[in-house]
Amino acid sequence: MNTGAISAGRMAMHRKRKRVNMIALTLSLAAMSFGLVWLIWILFETVRLGFGGLAWSVFTEMTPPPQADVGGLANAIFGSLVMVSLATVLGTPIGILAGIYLAEYGQKGWLGSATRFINDILLSAPSIVIGLFIYAVVVARLKSFSAFAGVLALALIVIPVVIRTTENMLSLIPNALREAAYALGTPKWKVIYSVTLKAARAGVVTGVLLALARIAGETAPLLFTALSNQFWTSDLREPMASLPVTIFKFAMSPYENWQKLAWAGVFLITLGVLSLNILARILFRQKH
Amino acid sequence: MAATLPATPLDPPTSMQRVTPQGRPPQRRVVAPWADGLFSVLAHGAAWLTLALLAGIIASLVIGAAPAIQKFGLGFLWSRDWDPVQEKFGGLVMIYGTLMTSFIALLIAVPVSFGIALFLTELSPGWLKRPLGIAIELLAAVPSIVYGMWGLLVFGPILATYVQQPLQAVFGSTPYLGALLTGPPVGIGILSAGIILAIMVIPFIAAVMRDVFEVTPALLKESAYGLGATTWEVVATVVLPYTKTGVVGGIMLGLGRALGETMAVTFVIGNFNQLNSLSLFEAANSITSALANEFAEAGEGLHQASLIYLGLVLFFITFAVLSLSKLLLARLKRGEGSRS
Repeated sequence: MNTGAISAGRMAMHRKRKRVNMIALTLSLAAMSFGLVWLIWILFETVRLGFGGLAWSVFTEMTPPPQADVGGLANAIFGSLVMVSLATVLGTPIGILAGIYLAEYGQKGWLGSATRFINDILLSAPSIVIGLFIYAVVVARLKSFSAFAGVLALALIVIPVVIRTTENMLSLIPNALREAAYALGTPKWKVIYSVTLKAARAGVVTGVLLALARIAGETAPLLFTALSNQFWTSDLREPMASLPVTIFKFAMSPYENWQKLAWAGVFLITLGVLSLNILARILFRQKH
Repeated sequence: MAATLPATPLDPPTSMQRVTPQGRPPQRRVVAPWADGLFSVLAHGAAWLTLALLAGIIASLVIGAAPAIQKFGLGFLWSRDWDPVQEKFGGLVMIYGTLMTSFIALLIAVPVSFGIALFLTELSPGWLKRPLGIAIELLAAVPSIVYGMWGLLVFGPILATYVQQPLQAVFGSTPYLGALLTGPPVGIGILSAGIILAIMVIPFIAAVMRDVFEVTPALLKESAYGLGATTWEVVATVVLPYTKTGVVGGIMLGLGRALGETMAVTFVIGNFNQLNSLSLFEAANSITSALANEFAEAGEGLHQASLIYLGLVLFFITFAVLSLSKLLLARLKRGEGSRS
């Protein structure tokens, strides 16, 4: 009778543990679906509303005044392309060089660890603060908003992303490769340039693509550097429209044509950013 | 003729040489002898530039905020005036908005991210792990302006009709709880901003948690399973204690993101400088949205300086939070070598 009571107690405890486990795992499954639901919902709405607003005129016409019948995002798309590509061109070499420093010169030592630490902070620092910085350094000095300031602000966001991936990719290269090159009498710069960097090429390109994707959607650092412009301009000394800032302006407005264009813009940006991300993943996977 | 290496270190001392070599050793051909130095200088310079960048950001913020710091001092942090006409400024409303929205975001995001990480590491069948992981990471890649616009035009109205109004109807007259639920249920305000932020930081926290969970040695987990522990018991009593610093580091990383997020918050928080009620439904303001909305229009002088002061406060908070997260994550990494 005694043993029966014990085993009954054990069974109860066993059942309780099973139950707790069941509940926890169900909640975990629920959390996973919760995360996915948002992604699907956001993508669905973006495609539904954005595709509706998409027309050929979006690519050919300038941003319209409120409540006009025609109009597009041509100048904003052009401005975004110009600023994003210039920022990438400007930021990538600096990022790669600093990444090389971290992986090849300063694995140890205070400069290496300090740079690594600061870089991680810059990587997640609020992008609006970068905008404030460029405002103080460039815009306030020159007394005008300019596309050039916008390019600088975006470049400052590119740099930490590229540093991080370059360093990670370079440190994946086996040391035997470096030693083999040194044994042939190759100078260090040549070892880095034509052995390690070449071996890590796919990873570094992935980093640049991810940086591109990141700045293509950045709005905050452009708000008070490049500002916006209603007209077409290719002059870097003038304010320049960009897709994210235009979306911000149009989406907050009560005008229906502006909101429609904003959705089209959101669709374009999401499409661009997600395809860049997927491209980066495919590229990285092929190599590794 | 392969002797391009410098011959000296390998040569025996002269006294021991029996044969004098005929002819000269081949010259070592050095292409661009300056290249090595130049490359090293460039790489060092780029590293220094990163350090200078941080110093420059802090310096420019302090200089820009100097007029406001002199005028208001630290009292700025707990004054709730924001009156550009009378030039009286205080940051309490925005600081409260920033902290409160991030708090709500973490309240939602931490359990959900934990669930996602648990699912990805312990539950998911192998073939699903990768696609699900990528899906969550793509959620992190969606630009914040997309979240903002979606939050304002799609999510806000739904939140108002199906959550806020029923909540008010049921709890509106309950003491304390009711006070949190006053205000117009229009889907704009602290609560909406917090929820949107939660959706945005879930992927960051979940990704870090998944990575640190995978650090747990399989041996430890298998031992626990071998003793008959359930999956939940393994996670709660083996994985979590082993990775707790990393988990906290991941949460801090998410918090840093939430504090500094601009566009998504600006769209849905309502941009209204008030702190008369603590209601979660009331429109409010955050540091980032105040900057985004007012900075370009603010005239030079005290208004601009006060906004930069706010930026400085934000930078300090995020700097502290991110440093803490780095330290905690680094500590887990160090322990990894010694314990496993």
